[in-house]
Amino acid sequence: MNLKKETLVKKKGIGWNGMRLKDMLEQSEQLFRETKRYWGIEKLELREKDPIRYERIFSSLRGGLVNARETALNISASPIVKEIGELCFALYTPEGDSIVLSTGIIVHVHTMSDAIKYMIRNNYEENPGIRPGDIFSNNNSIIGDVHTADVHTIVPIFWEGELIGWAGGVTHEIDVGAVTPGSMAFGHEDRYGDGLLLSCEKAGENDEFYQSYLKKCADSVRAERYWLLDERTRLAGCHMIRDQVYRVIQEEGIETYKQFIREVIEEGRRSFKERVKEILFPGTYESPRFTDVPWKNDPTVSAKARRDLIMHAPLTLKVSADGELHMSFEGANKWGYHSFNCAPSPMQGALWVQLTQTLIPNDKINDGAYYATSLKLPYGSWCNPDYEKVSTTLSWHFLIPAFSGMIRSLARGYYARGYLEEISASFPMTGNILQGGGVNHFGVESAFTNFEMSSEGTGAMYFKDGEDCTAAMWNPEGDMGEAETWEVLEPLLYLGRSIKPMTSGPGKYCGGAGIETVRMLYRTKQQTLFNGLADGHVFGSAGIFGGYPGNAGYRHSLHGTNMKEIIAKQLPYPTHDGDPENSEVDRLVQARENVFDKIATAGPQLFEEYDIYVSVHRGGPGLGDVLERDPALVEADLNSGKLLPRYAESIYGVVAKQNDEGKWQVDHKRTAEKRKEMRLNRLKKAVPVKEFMKKERERILKRDFIEPVRDMYQSSMELSSEWREKFITFWNLPEDFEM
Amino acid sequence: MREYDLETLRQLKRGELPFEKVHEMQSSHKDRDRFLKMLAIAQESVPWNDRILLPYAEHLYVVEKPDKSRVVKCDCGYEFGDVKQNWKLSALVYVRDTKEKINEIYPDKMGCDPDWMHIREYICPGCGVLLETEAVPPGYPIVFDFQPDIDTFYEKWLNQPLSK
Ligand SMILES: [Zn+2]
Repeated sequence: MNLKKETLVKKKGIGWNGMRLKDMLEQSEQLFRETKRYWGIEKLELREKDPIRYERIFSSLRGGLVNARETALNISASPIVKEIGELCFALYTPEGDSIVLSTGIIVHVHTMSDAIKYMIRNNYEENPGIRPGDIFSNNNSIIGDVHTADVHTIVPIFWEGELIGWAGGVTHEIDVGAVTPGSMAFGHEDRYGDGLLLSCEKAGENDEFYQSYLKKCADSVRAERYWLLDERTRLAGCHMIRDQVYRVIQEEGIETYKQFIREVIEEGRRSFKERVKEILFPGTYESPRFTDVPWKNDPTVSAKARRDLIMHAPLTLKVSADGELHMSFEGANKWGYHSFNCAPSPMQGALWVQLTQTLIPNDKINDGAYYATSLKLPYGSWCNPDYEKVSTTLSWHFLIPAFSGMIRSLARGYYARGYLEEISASFPMTGNILQGGGVNHFGVESAFTNFEMSSEGTGAMYFKDGEDCTAAMWNPEGDMGEAETWEVLEPLLYLGRSIKPMTSGPGKYCGGAGIETVRMLYRTKQQTLFNGLADGHVFGSAGIFGGYPGNAGYRHSLHGTNMKEIIAKQLPYPTHDGDPENSEVDRLVQARENVFDKIATAGPQLFEEYDIYVSVHRGGPGLGDVLERDPALVEADLNSGKLLPRYAESIYGVVAKQNDEGKWQVDHKRTAEKRKEMRLNRLKKAVPVKEFMKKERERILKRDFIEPVRDMYQSSMELSSEWREKFITFWNLPEDFEM
Repeated sequence: MREYDLETLRQLKRGELPFEKVHEMQSSHKDRDRFLKMLAIAQESVPWNDRILLPYAEHLYVVEKPDKSRVVKCDCGYEFGDVKQNWKLSALVYVRDTKEKINEIYPDKMGCDPDWMHIREYICPGCGVLLETEAVPPGYPIVFDFQPDIDTFYEKWLNQPLSK
């Protein structure tokens, strides 16, 4: 009796059958916990009864999303969106699970899901209220996003007074109003420097943005014209999705639609597990990765950030007997006063974007895959900070290397199953990224982010070299953009853009090569520029089956140059840096100050007109023993300039010489002899691993490492007793060992 | 069900299958009998008779010895010991831990700094082939790349349990 009364008094919710959204979400989670199936669904009734109708509904929704993205691309003025395609759209259930998505930067399909669930859990239904025509904005990564530069627009979809779902769209902004210009500014200590923060904010109603919201954004960011246009771009896309959902409901009926959206997620979960069993091998895979932040003596970053450190991502992947995928970063070291921390949401998003490019390379991907995977992120570490005010503007600097091992682990599974065509040595970092701002060539205070870093070399495959300058781990449709377009946006001319020699990771098959560009500041007095998303002292990725990592990077900037004179006198100018041991930039240009070091990720630096900025990109990692590389491929690398001549022998054991026309030709007989000799030499030079371990153990006991290495071990041991145990057991160290 | 003949798969393994064919393979549904066919191809390619249970990594296999023990074995015949133990512990290693050694592979400024990271090259003592490289900070435990759950695979996924 009492219970009934209570139900009657309770305000009617906007969910199904008058339920409150919060209750719907809780019920969904409870059913999943109890049954291990999405909404406890046992039979995919709609699919079994009328598979053609089921597929028709799917295609119709998917078409709507792809269409929304294509249309939105044309509304946008922002070059990152228009040229590079940095946007995507997705459709969600009332509880925030993704049903279907567009193409594009799909890492956000899951981050928007987190944002919707945040609104539901925090009872947005009551306050500020969720009504037809409302608009919500989010770019808070602790809630659900990667970093502040990615802005979400989320719109609820109602049908006859009931919330039946959400449409979401995301674009990457050129500037977010951080303490320094650029979309992913860093060098500051914490979130207070990250720029405009939108925490699932109600940004409009009746399908219109609030004037006050737009004014606030315009006042908070640089390059506000792009920001405001992108707001309209995302909103228009969300409304197109909503219209498409209405069309589907009109054709199929609301009950069918409701049944479909749950079944399709359960189907996604089941097919994911089937796929794992079809293509992987059960077991445990380990692939740790690292990147560096060499800031101890970097005056450009704030005091607390001045430390040398190594990010530790000890990735373990377990494929269970029932086809589930469990990933863990147990042993990750602590978060820091830099902008490379990751909240769980981007980690989940990254797992997601990797799955769409590996295990589920088709359009039928949704949060069903999320329900068949798990991700362990130790609390207090860089991938799950215990301080909510950490800076996260450039989470990608840690996230990209951290996930590179996932691809190598999958490759080992494919290898065991014989699916050699799926193997890749993984992706490299996606830098250098050039970003910054100042008064530009039109005399306007502005900011820019150059997205040519969406085209790095890819990893070697089992049967061929990786692709040159073509992709980024976060966007499978990478595009470096026209140099001329970037020159319109940035007060820096391209003196050259070309393939960088020695970027490919060596192996039987090499990684694809990266590019390098030489930029000169022009028609601007001063710009603040960054170097970033770049590994310097360490490799952010690694090879497989004997292959080596692709290049690590460096910083090369010339301040106070004689470029004005070079241009006036029409003297030769540098179009590339080339071999850093014989830099063309240094050969042709004189400068007051020549910055040429391994600080590949560096904070905001001042540049003036005619200064030179070299942007070195990454090549993919290699696969297999270098001595097994076809000498004809080495010959081709020599002739294309990808391989510097002195390395043909030292890496590949290939003896080649130039003919009269300057073409390299392999001497096959001497190559065979040289390779034989190198193999024998290997056996002579190498030592038994046990011997190496004995020496290495002594070194550990003496703590004979530089500070960032010691700090990394100590931090991982402090945060994880499990990792501490592993380290101590492996090296047979005293129980109370501290680094 | 999709199937490929042994010769096509041999070509895939040797890297000789034309790219269009491989691309088609990548885009199609998977052939369910691939594992057994690749096992047969592996078995015919090695100069020894131990039964191969799975291809483990390039040049390496997990084999079943006559006493039913499972060991990691190189195609040259060298045995690294029980599959439950990291095979790398029985390998040779060459460590690139100086600038000179790193610069044999990378130009100056394009490789790692040996104080921050070194490169370990794991080499087969039997034939000198380079089996794996590790690029890790000095002092890092040797990475156990892959611990296969062989019984689960044969019993539950392949429905052909192995006798013990
Ligand atoms: Zn061998």
